[in-house]
Amino acid sequence: MSLVAPRSVRRPLPRWVEIAVLPLVNVALAFLVVGIIARTIGVDSFHALKLLLVGAFGSSESIGYTLYYATNFIFTGLAVAVAFHAGLFNIGGEGQAYIGGLGCGLAVLALDRYLPGPLVIVLAILAAAAFGAAWAAVPAWMQAWRGSHIVITTIMFNFVASALMVYLMVNVLIAPGSMTAQSRGFAESASLPSMQAVLKSIGIAVAPSALNLAFVLALLSSVAVWIFLWRTSWGYALRTMGHNAEAAIYAGTSIRRMTMLAMCLSGALAGGVAVNELLGVHHRIVLDFPAGYGFAGIAVALMGRSHPLGIVLAALLFGALQQGGAELSFEIPAMTREMVVVIQGLVILFCGALAHLPRPWLQALFGRRG
Amino acid sequence: MEETLTFVTLTLAATLRVATPLVLCAMGGLFSEKSGIIDVGLEGKMLMAAFFAAATASLTGSAWAGVVAAIVAAEALALLHGFACITHRGNQVVSGIALNILAAGLTVVLGTAWFARGGQTPPLNDGERLKPIFFPVAGDNVLVYVALLSVPFTWWLIARTRFGLRLRAVGEMPLAVDAAGVSVAWLRYRAVLLCGLFSGLAGAYLSIAQNAGFSRDMTAGQGFIALAAIIFGKWRPFPAFGACLVFGLLDAVAIRLQGVKVPGIGEVPVQLIQALPYLLTLFLLAGFIGNAVAPKAAGVPYEKEH
Repeated sequence: MSLVAPRSVRRPLPRWVEIAVLPLVNVALAFLVVGIIARTIGVDSFHALKLLLVGAFGSSESIGYTLYYATNFIFTGLAVAVAFHAGLFNIGGEGQAYIGGLGCGLAVLALDRYLPGPLVIVLAILAAAAFGAAWAAVPAWMQAWRGSHIVITTIMFNFVASALMVYLMVNVLIAPGSMTAQSRGFAESASLPSMQAVLKSIGIAVAPSALNLAFVLALLSSVAVWIFLWRTSWGYALRTMGHNAEAAIYAGTSIRRMTMLAMCLSGALAGGVAVNELLGVHHRIVLDFPAGYGFAGIAVALMGRSHPLGIVLAALLFGALQQGGAELSFEIPAMTREMVVVIQGLVILFCGALAHLPRPWLQALFGRRG
Repeated sequence: MEETLTFVTLTLAATLRVATPLVLCAMGGLFSEKSGIIDVGLEGKMLMAAFFAAATASLTGSAWAGVVAAIVAAEALALLHGFACITHRGNQVVSGIALNILAAGLTVVLGTAWFARGGQTPPLNDGERLKPIFFPVAGDNVLVYVALLSVPFTWWLIARTRFGLRLRAVGEMPLAVDAAGVSVAWLRYRAVLLCGLFSGLAGAYLSIAQNAGFSRDMTAGQGFIALAAIIFGKWRPFPAFGACLVFGLLDAVAIRLQGVKVPGIGEVPVQLIQALPYLLTLFLLAGFIGNAVAPKAAGVPYEKEH
């Protein structure tokens, strides 16, 4: 699936235009529409932008929250990107993160009274990845062996995951005596340390926020994904399959096994959201913690052009929008937090479906005569 | 005896009430998919239509103005989908997802800005809603009958007219249609517009007939259930209609089964019944119950050779 690469390039653009200018024009178009919408509801865009920037970067607390939101976006952006590179479209990040949370939570609930904290944390992270991978493995198997399309099946799996989690939380995992559907709290030793605590131990004082070590895990995952995709033979085979499945078969790649590998990796990365949210912040299993991050990952991956570095940058932008947008909604009640959702939708539209819209304009400006 | 009869009648009426938006949406989706344009954005179109229907009905005091606004809103998104997928040959799934997310955000943003009720529209009074025509208990408003008529209409249009023949051809092999001198793009645009019309009606039904106003995310996955019904009906109108009724019945039964012990099985979790449409579709897609074959050219942008 050529989501990023152009289908027909009659007048090729210079490489720097292709990599830098075209994506920026796409993002600019998306934000132009955001500006028009803001104007329609009577909000001064520049004033709002100023408030948003202050809300996102104005203090060490707000920077902390920006990075905490970015952590989720990095995980789901990477998840979507790994599948993209294999020519697969994983829309199931939402469900995979949710079930990853189940694995993460079950591991802690089962072990936190018996094993030392750090060991429980490592096992819980592995469980989150394993459960997320397993939830992605079924649609992968269905595509690889039974020929059903992964787009449809992953959508359905999101709904099944949600129903399953509601059932388990309400009937099985609910803490005794609790009025809301949430599990018992994790033992304190089995929680990911907050960034504030970590920085304090090396003598740096920052305000407390939701930022925790999962952010470091997200950055490490980005590096790992880069190494895997561009520096290993499996990653090469995976990308080959995404570019040209027939060439991959000719080169001896098993499409079935590569589909499974790509989707399992994708699901495992989506499970990272659970690590950040449950191990890092809530310290218990709660309902609805994926809160749209799985879908937002599509916007992040498209904006970051499926490259880990681009994804980290796009995730920072979306994290800033999420945090700044929350602050903004206090100042200007008309600017609800859902404005961020609108931006995500527009970014997917302009960086994804309409990615080639500005191409003729740029070709007129920079195109080589062929 | 009479009690059983009442129970059956009420359940059937409830089924029809729940199935109406699914049927409308599924028929709309059928046109789009038959022409080769995958539409995972049914949910978003329906949501946007529901919002504009309720907002307009509340501002003008007329239910019919609401219906018109719903159609216009859904058509706007449909045209955007067409512009991205047909004109610019963008990825159809990406475009559909974008429209879903856009609708989920925009309805709340506009709703909050215009009505300041946390994304809801003001509650509608009876004059601003579509009212039942014959049986007040059953809730048989005009859109229920439109939904029932939409099925034979869709069948007739797709199976018995020249437009339908070309529509099917363009979903299977656009090159042949192009070679015959018929515009692929214009055919697909018409299919997408028909899809917008029906999903607009489905949205209007949700907010100004079934309910009295718009609330955030009120479609709650029904666009995807309609998509599941299309697959379950193997891209044919009457089987898809049947799937909508089954899914509607499941929903109607789920409410009644809450906390009831079924003999021999015990208490059936409501969540299981709610997930059944998806689970059944997944079983179908895995090839355990028959085979679902989509139109061949679905999802593939058509590029004219110059």
